[in-house]
Amino acid sequence: MRRHRMVALLAVAVGVAGCSTPPDRPVVRIGSLRDVEGNLLGELFAQTIESAGEVRVERRLGLGGTGVVLAALAAREIDLLPQYSGTLADLILRRPALTSFDSIRVLARSRGYDVSGPLGFNNTYGIGFRRVVAESAGVRRISDLRGRPWRGAVTPEFEQSVNGLASMAKAYGLTLGPVRTMEHALSYVALARGDVDFVDVYTTDATIRQQDLVVLEDDGGVFVRYDGLILARPGFAAEFPRSWAALAALEGRLADSTMTRLNSAFEIERRPAADIAAEFLSGLAPPSGGPVVVPRQSVTAGRWGRLTVEHLLLVGVSLAIALVVGLPLGVAVSHRPRLAKSVLAMVGVIQTVPGIALLCFFIPVFGIGWQPAVYALALYALLPVVQGVITGLQQIEAGLREVAAVLGMTTWERRRRVEFPLAAPAVLAGIRVAAVINVGTAALAALIGAGGFGTLIVTGLALNDWRVVMQGALPSAGLAVLLHLGFTALEARVVKWR
Amino acid sequence: MMPDPATAADAVVLRRVTASYGGSPVLLEVDLALAARQTHVILGPSGCGKSTLLRCLTGILVPGEGTVTVLGRDVEPASTPGQREANHATGLVLQDGGLFPHLTARANVTLPAELNRWSPHRIDSRLAELEGLVRLSGTLRDRYPRALSGGQRQRVALMRALFLDPPLLLLDEPFSALDPLSRTELQHELKSIVAALGKTVVLVTHDIPEALFLADTITLLDDGRVAQHGSGPDLIRHPASAWARSFMQAAVPRWRHLLGVLDGEAIR
Repeated sequence: MRRHRMVALLAVAVGVAGCSTPPDRPVVRIGSLRDVEGNLLGELFAQTIESAGEVRVERRLGLGGTGVVLAALAAREIDLLPQYSGTLADLILRRPALTSFDSIRVLARSRGYDVSGPLGFNNTYGIGFRRVVAESAGVRRISDLRGRPWRGAVTPEFEQSVNGLASMAKAYGLTLGPVRTMEHALSYVALARGDVDFVDVYTTDATIRQQDLVVLEDDGGVFVRYDGLILARPGFAAEFPRSWAALAALEGRLADSTMTRLNSAFEIERRPAADIAAEFLSGLAPPSGGPVVVPRQSVTAGRWGRLTVEHLLLVGVSLAIALVVGLPLGVAVSHRPRLAKSVLAMVGVIQTVPGIALLCFFIPVFGIGWQPAVYALALYALLPVVQGVITGLQQIEAGLREVAAVLGMTTWERRRRVEFPLAAPAVLAGIRVAAVINVGTAALAALIGAGGFGTLIVTGLALNDWRVVMQGALPSAGLAVLLHLGFTALEARVVKWR
Repeated sequence: MMPDPATAADAVVLRRVTASYGGSPVLLEVDLALAARQTHVILGPSGCGKSTLLRCLTGILVPGEGTVTVLGRDVEPASTPGQREANHATGLVLQDGGLFPHLTARANVTLPAELNRWSPHRIDSRLAELEGLVRLSGTLRDRYPRALSGGQRQRVALMRALFLDPPLLLLDEPFSALDPLSRTELQHELKSIVAALGKTVVLVTHDIPEALFLADTITLLDDGRVAQHGSGPDLIRHPASAWARSFMQAAVPRWRHLLGVLDGEAIR
């Protein structure tokens, strides 16, 4: 019965795909930051282009942070994305001093990129206070912060940006207290609990309204403008003029207040991005982010299944690669102690690279997504595997090798009947450690768009929703424990003689 | 041409064998001829080179100079292809038995036959025969070495060494890790088994009473050289050097001194 339904579903899916996407039209891939606004704008652009009827659209929304989406654009993994004038000047053109929109646009075009006019909103940095705190302390402008060690929580991006924390503190002559770095999902909670006095906000952020925050006036004019725009890879506008014209029609239509309302509809009311974008494009204003509270959607069983499969595939395939490389490598070097030592030192160095850094190293080579993640995880799993083989083989007593030689065993017989079985406990322990490490590291792989349980963690952090974070964190922790128990049981079965 | 003391009846012949281990010489110009169907004990203190000498007989160690002949064939390195057949002539027992910990007693014992593709029927009947010979209960067959006593492990190791019925048995301190009772019991059994089967035995030990009890000939090694070669009574009555005398004296039981019943007759 279930199978019949599956077949029917498949048929429908294929049918729908077949109708809506004639195969002869080229594909345009739209990426975005993984935050609320990125997801919404990306969807808005997608529907706009689809309505022009020139190309098919592939949505690769919520890819990651600024670094990841820019790498994806450079690697042509995506064709266009929503961006901001400040980011464009700073991180792509490397001219942070450029401030006027027109000069940024001219320079970007001279480098080949296609850049739209301003969409209308300026989503720049702001400093948010709780209203009660701001009013009781008489703080209205950033210059009012002078002379007191305010405690803060800021995003990594705000901390790193040349237009961010450091230049603000310097320009206003502030002596701040401890400032910790965390994602918005966490910093808003810290602010609400009173753990910190201020956070950095984006000026179109829905949470400002929801938590009734006061955004301090940038009276020194420190924060560069982050005007929303559309950034496309070189040659896009010339290739797809109708699509680009349709996108250009969005210029000036998204004022600050409009963008904040759209963000609120998505983040606070939990309405699907597709619905919000469709309503906006059909000229209907989305309902204002008032007291309407729609129940949050939980992750469906089907999505869980898919994420589980993705996660297991990441772990399984990377582990398989690590075994195919690591087992013969370990066997080959184990009887040459000095070579074994340097091989171990080499794979040990790989292991010391933080997981997220290793994942990013492969982006220039393989782009983003599943493939670089699998290779990075395989490298990560290499040390425990190779170490297990070398330890296992080197700890075999010399006397046993002598007996094997005196029994007249060939090299292969000696390996198969004596050395491999005796090394098996150490090898299996190494594989177990590799698998468990990979379950954890694979959760990070979602940051480069590789899927798995990490998707929920990343999404939850980006959408400021703790429950979604836990829906990804708990199963990946559970999977690690399960794998540990499973391998331990397997070891006990295989190694009966210990 | 050097005078050749070896005769056709000798199972093991070493001619001017010098062997090094880790750069320093362990055996120096060793000449030795050991007659077939006798038990020969290589005796000496720790580090005198006696285990190295045994390794030269198996081909695990290739001497830097000199030749080693076992059963009329020059010994080749153990890893040489075609050496397998020659290896059938040798059974090896190590101090802790040298049993493979991942194989049951039965699998350890039958491994030589399995490598030579004996039929299961032939393997089973040989197994039962050997269990009777070394007096090992068949119920222990399925145990892993970890679950056997030291004495049981040595019996299993002896069965494995005997499985292909080799003419030559090599034993490297086989009983030194056993308690005194099991040691004495196994010494007696080994003596009767090799006598009944007519094996040539080369046994390495530092235990002088064991050497005196088992040996037809004793080769006393001192720092890589043969200090004396002869029968047990020879070594006691006519020590070839002051060192040989003092070494053999060490076998006089100390507890007699303690009891004040010193009886030097047997030694002097």
